This record gives sequence, C-alpha cells and structure tokens, in this order.
Amino acid sequence: MSERTEIAVSVNGLSYTRTVEPRMLLADFLRHELGLTGTHVGCEHGVCGACTVLLDGRSARSCLTLAVQADGADIETVEGQGTVEKLGRIQQAFRDHHGLQCGFCTPGFIMTIADMLRHHSLDSDEEIREALSGNICRCTGYEHIVNAVRELAKERGALK
Amino acid sequence: MKPASFDYVRAESAEHAVQALAAAGGDGKVIAGGQSLMPMMNFRLVKPSVLVDINRIPGLDAVQMRGDRIVLGALVRHRMTATDMLIQKHIPVLHHAMKHVAHLTVRNRGTFCGSVCHADPAAEMPMMSLLLNGAVHIVSPRGERTLAAQDFFVGSLVTALEPDELVTEIEIDTLPAGTGWGFEEFARRHGDYALAAVAVTMQRRDGVALDVRIGLMGVGEMPMRAPQIEAMLEVREIDAALLDEAIDALRASLEPNSDLNASADYRRHLAGVLARRAISDAWARAEKGAAA
Repeated sequence: MSERTEIAVSVNGLSYTRTVEPRMLLADFLRHELGLTGTHVGCEHGVCGACTVLLDGRSARSCLTLAVQADGADIETVEGQGTVEKLGRIQQAFRDHHGLQCGFCTPGFIMTIADMLRHHSLDSDEEIREALSGNICRCTGYEHIVNAVRELAKERGALK
Repeated sequence: MKPASFDYVRAESAEHAVQALAAAGGDGKVIAGGQSLMPMMNFRLVKPSVLVDINRIPGLDAVQMRGDRIVLGALVRHRMTATDMLIQKHIPVLHHAMKHVAHLTVRNRGTFCGSVCHADPAAEMPMMSLLLNGAVHIVSPRGERTLAAQDFFVGSLVTALEPDELVTEIEIDTLPAGTGWGFEEFARRHGDYALAAVAVTMQRRDGVALDVRIGLMGVGEMPMRAPQIEAMLEVREIDAALLDEAIDALRASLEPNSDLNASADYRRHLAGVLARRAISDAWARAEKGAAA
C-alpha cells in the first residue's frame, strides 16, 4: 500500500520529476530529494514558519503540505531569491538592517516577505507585524526584520 | 514527527471523494487546506489509512449569494473569506473575525469548511457558522443531506459527519443592512488559539434590540450560542443595568475547561468582559444603522 507516486514540480524555474511516498512532506522532498536545504524544518507542525515556501505564488508551510499535493505546482524557495555572490533584494535588505542573527528562521521569513510584497499593501507597521506574525525568530530580532520590510515596502510603493 | 503511511487519492469530483472514503471502510480522512489535519498527522494523533485530497475538485472554491444567504464552497480559503467583497458588505462581523484567524501563510491554505469540520471549540469558523445559522451541505454514497450548524457540532473536535461523508459547502446568513455587530477575542499571541471570543449581532428598532444573537467560543466543549442571554436582551433597550444582569447570567451559565493557558474561573470572567464589549459595540453600531 501507500503506493509511490510520480510527481513533477517546478522549483525556482527548474523542472524535477521524482517518485515519492504519499506521506513525504514537501519540506523533506525539497531537502532530501532535491538537495535544496535552504528550506529549514523547525517545528513540523505549522507553528514556527521556518519551512515557508511559495506554492503557486502564495506562501505555504512546506511541513503541512505533502509533496504529492504539489504535483504540477510552481514552487519557490529561498534558493531562488539569490546567491551568496549576488543576494536577492529581500536578502540584501536583511543584511542592511541586521535582520538575522543565527539565521535559522531567515529562509521562512524571506519567503513570507516575498508573498507580502506581492500581495499585501503593507501600509503600516501594524500590518507588517501582523503579516510577519506567523514566523518565529528565536533570536527575537523582530525589530530589524520589520525595519527591512518597511524599506522594501516603501521601495515597492503602492500595490498594483 | 512524520505522518504514518497512507494511501493517497486525488479526488476528481465529490462523488469520487466519497467513493474513496466509503472504500476506506471508516478509516479515510479528507484533506483540504490541511492546516489542522497535517499537524495531527505529523504527530500521529491521526493515522488515516486513506487520505482523500479534495483540493483539485473543480467548482468548490467560490463564495456566492444564494437568495439572501451566502454559500462558501469546501475550498474557500480563509484568505478568500477575509477579502471577499460580498462577505465584507453583507456579513461585516465575519469579515472582522477573519483578522483573528491564524497567520497569513495559514490563511492561504486553511478553509472555512475544513475549520468547521475540524470543530475546534476555540476556532472562529465553527462559532461563526453557529452565529449565522449555518447549513452544512453533505454528500455521501447514500446521497445528500443538510445539517444545521447546531446539529453538526457534537463535541470537542467531534461532528455528526459520518466517515464516508464530505462537506461540499456551507450556507450562512447575510445580515440586513444596519445590523449592529460586535466581535471580541482574546488570545495570548495574535493569531493564536483564542482563550475566549464572543460575537454578537442585533438590530435596533424603536429603541429596542431585535434578533439578538450571541456566539461564544473557547468556553466549552463546543462553540455555542447563548439563547438564554439572547432572550434577555430581545425587545429590550440595552442599558447599563440590563447589561450587568446579562453578563452575570452569562457567567453563571458557563462551565469552561481549565487548561495550561487559563483556569475555568479566568475564562468565565474573560467571557463576561468580552461579551460586555461585544454587546455594547453591537448595540452602538445598530443605533448608527437605525439612524442611517
């Protein structure tokens, strides 16, 4: 039983086909099957936000999503945001504002913020904080993260 | 912290889904948003032998008017409920309540109907479906049936749903223009499970309250209405004395649980504080509605 199923996904614009057990979590699929270990696994029950990725353009907990459910989906992970040599815009803002300390929660924050910048007006600090509230930073560097998002939102301007 | 193994069925239609549930012989589980089910599966508190994924069934993701009611399909995500213009216009109390539902990422996936089926006594959607006289539409291999929300909830995390049944949509009341409403929730952290919440709607005509509805969550085994308190306020002018009387009666009627987060006494007190605010807000908003 629990027959292995072939799935095809796009991750950061690259296509992958793999055969997986239905119970494999998307987070484990990304890390173990594709070797994309930028997506971190913290609590494994949807509370900490470290495993956040974009699923068809919207943020999702990859620990609460099965890999089989993502068949055919367009997935974005932190690896798609930039490289060590050339940081993405959100990553650069984190560096500029000291938005990370230990860095464990950072990939989840970055992907949540990618969703926020695409879909949310982020007119006020209150809205920024509310949108970030599903991601936990054990180093409690929230103030710097909010500063980074505020700059990014200002730079983006009003949502189209 | 990984799910036990299961068979996976990607349902193509509601009929396909319920056939797969029936074939699972009582050990199947439906997944929509999975924001409550997946944590329970990861913890192995739930170990279905068959998981029936309804996410790709066409036609279940709409919010629409049906007569003077609103219908939410089984794949309407919290984000859609929170931003839907019909709901904002016709059920402002639900629009407001959505601000308290979890976090952005969870709202992207979690569904209205799924939350009702999960029946957490401290979740907003079950209470709102009671407050808005929800009708739960159910299909199974035996046909279709509709249950009133008050008959749907049976206990904490327990509903009247049979193992081979699927909720396809839930129909809820819209509120007449000018209806006053109040919604008050207290949680330790924003978006977390509430210690308690109270939702109130009422109309106001000739200086008295009419069609008073009070919903409560987090203060019992199930979400609940407060029919005794609703009746106390019906066709009355809500002044300070009546409010005191109503809050005392409400507190006396509640038997909340104690847990790590709060004692029963604390919850009983909190429910009274929140109810006082929500009733006052509803009364004040109904006045504005009546004047307009």
